[in-house]
Amino acid sequence: MRKMLAAVSRVLGVAQKPASRVLVASRNFANDATFEIKKCDLHRLEEGPPVTTVLTREDGLKYYRMMQTVRRMELKADQLYKQKIIRGFCHLCDGQEACCVGLEAGINPTDHLITAYRAHGFTFTRGLSVREILAELTGRRGGCAKGKGGSMHMYAKNFYGGNGIVGAQVPLGAGIALACKYNGKDEVCLTLYGDGAANQGQIFEAYNMAALWKLPCIFICENNRYGMGTSVERAAASTDYYKRGDFIPGLRVDGMDVLCVREATRFAAAYCRSGKGPILMELQTYRYHGHSMSDPGVSYRTREEIQEVRSKSDPIMLLKDRMVNSNLASVEELKEIDVEVRKEIEDAAQFATADPEPPLEELGYHIYSSDPPFEVRGANQWIKFKSIS
Amino acid sequence: MAAVSGLMRRPLEQVSGLLRRRFHRTAPAALQVTVRDAINQGMDEELERDEKVFLLGEEVAQYDGAYKVSRGLWKKYGDKRIIDTPISEMGFAGIAVGAAMAGLRPICEFMTFNFSMQAIDQVINSAAKTYYMSGGLQPVPIVFRGPNGASAGVAAQHSQCFAAWYGHCPGLKVVSPWNSEDAKGLIKSAIRDNNPVVVLENELMYGVPFELPSEAQSKDFLIPIGKAKIERQGTHITVVAHSRPVGHCLEAATVLSKEGIECEVINMRTIRPMDIETIEASVMKTNHLVTVEGGWPQFGVGAEVCARIMEGPAFNFLDA
Repeated sequence: MRKMLAAVSRVLGVAQKPASRVLVASRNFANDATFEIKKCDLHRLEEGPPVTTVLTREDGLKYYRMMQTVRRMELKADQLYKQKIIRGFCHLCDGQEACCVGLEAGINPTDHLITAYRAHGFTFTRGLSVREILAELTGRRGGCAKGKGGSMHMYAKNFYGGNGIVGAQVPLGAGIALACKYNGKDEVCLTLYGDGAANQGQIFEAYNMAALWKLPCIFICENNRYGMGTSVERAAASTDYYKRGDFIPGLRVDGMDVLCVREATRFAAAYCRSGKGPILMELQTYRYHGHSMSDPGVSYRTREEIQEVRSKSDPIMLLKDRMVNSNLASVEELKEIDVEVRKEIEDAAQFATADPEPPLEELGYHIYSSDPPFEVRGANQWIKFKSIS
Repeated sequence: MAAVSGLMRRPLEQVSGLLRRRFHRTAPAALQVTVRDAINQGMDEELERDEKVFLLGEEVAQYDGAYKVSRGLWKKYGDKRIIDTPISEMGFAGIAVGAAMAGLRPICEFMTFNFSMQAIDQVINSAAKTYYMSGGLQPVPIVFRGPNGASAGVAAQHSQCFAAWYGHCPGLKVVSPWNSEDAKGLIKSAIRDNNPVVVLENELMYGVPFELPSEAQSKDFLIPIGKAKIERQGTHITVVAHSRPVGHCLEAATVLSKEGIECEVINMRTIRPMDIETIEASVMKTNHLVTVEGGWPQFGVGAEVCARIMEGPAFNFLDA
């Protein structure tokens, strides 16, 4: 009982205990619960991930908080964009939270991850704070790339962005996997791309070399049914993205269920770590927003479709229902997490709005690494910028 | 210093018979080394020095290199460090860049730079721009090397010079060696540099022997990137070139010398960052300038040299 109280207080992160919390704390929650998850479709695999999984209360609350944070962060970015405080590109991933949280739950922090431009969720799950992410979106010096990268170019330890050129990140990911194998430390690299990018030629070049050299690379196709405005049926002769690796074994995973994603990732990571070579995962997911902030997202799909996914398959709702129905958490408790998350996002947004932009003198910085300072020609030959590494 | 390093140097048996000298005790005199062997030596020394360095490209391993530049390296270092790739430039260039991001130090060979066009997105967008876009968090210590420019009768698709294309992009360093000393010193500096470096070699120069001075035989011999060399002192006219045309300029200088015209021949060595100061100082001395290159004139290296001379202090020193 005491342990339970301690666990709850830790998770809720509060020092005071008003009456309602004491009530929550004294209620007996289950420690864990077993859930059935959807069976994955398999390609060139005899067995797949398990069809049941155990979720502990602690993990459940963690995943809930993380998904809710990503959701609210993306919605805040939407708001800031409409206020013109964020400009440029802004590709939001609300709806796809189970993918970033589930993948992170299936790997270690020492593993590696690279994705394309719909990257804010992954930037968070890989360890950066909402503050640093929002400040990068608003282009301020407190941003994780000092305001010089923006939405598509955020980097963290073992997280290689954030890449703007569709498909280019896939050979990069295979290269990171090559480094993992070269260093011999049993690490794997998760290399993500979308259903649109899946038709890029360089991805097939990467499949070939990864399979030839048995690179510990998990190729992950985040299939959200639309490449910009082009539905999968209109873009791909074969929409079985998990089979497109041909000689590479594949799994098709329910990307709206964080537990399904977690189990599939654990399975795939174990496969790679055993030295068998690359494996492919297709996560079937959905984005509520349009392709980017300049796309309302309804000219190529119906509002009814979006509404249906929201009401039947929302990843946060699915986890919440599971937890409440299995007595892993109470509705009030989860609502409190919502309140805390909202506050965290609000504080981060305040910071991101108030922080100053990088100074003009630093325009030329970071052109070369590890070099002595030099001068860069500006707009004309009398304007020089100093460049330091 | 050179004497000590000469004593410690291991014989490079597979590389060149000329170097099979196990027992000499005095400093090696300048010896004749082809550009091909110089690049080979440079890569060999860096592969030995740093475990993280590796070479990948088409035919670099078992074939000993399409132009035999990597001869003997696979036998010495094996499959892990010398990797034959399928014909997938965009794929393997991307793999090389990814490996560099993860902390290795790849040398990515393009069979010729004409094929690098297939992979140019990885060179520019994934390699060159990343350090800047990440606010200084993600360096990309990679070398892209291979033959560049015209060869002998290989037709238009196989003869393009990419000095101007790569030289245009911030974040990249671009070097263009002429002789063996250049080739060895620049490839070593490129491999040790923490930035993406494009090394534009020349196929017709591979087989040409040059005297390699004793300093250049040291395992730590480096030529700084970003510094030009005055190959020949002169007073009447400055002639600037890079790669194979440097040799032509020196030949021309010999011919003109008989007519009493002394050319100052500058070997650029580095295209980016360009050492315009050396060229300016020379023009301020000679008052005349000719640029010589193997690439197309419009938007080329020579055009950039002229633009910078026009913008700088040397402009007022030009006669006619």
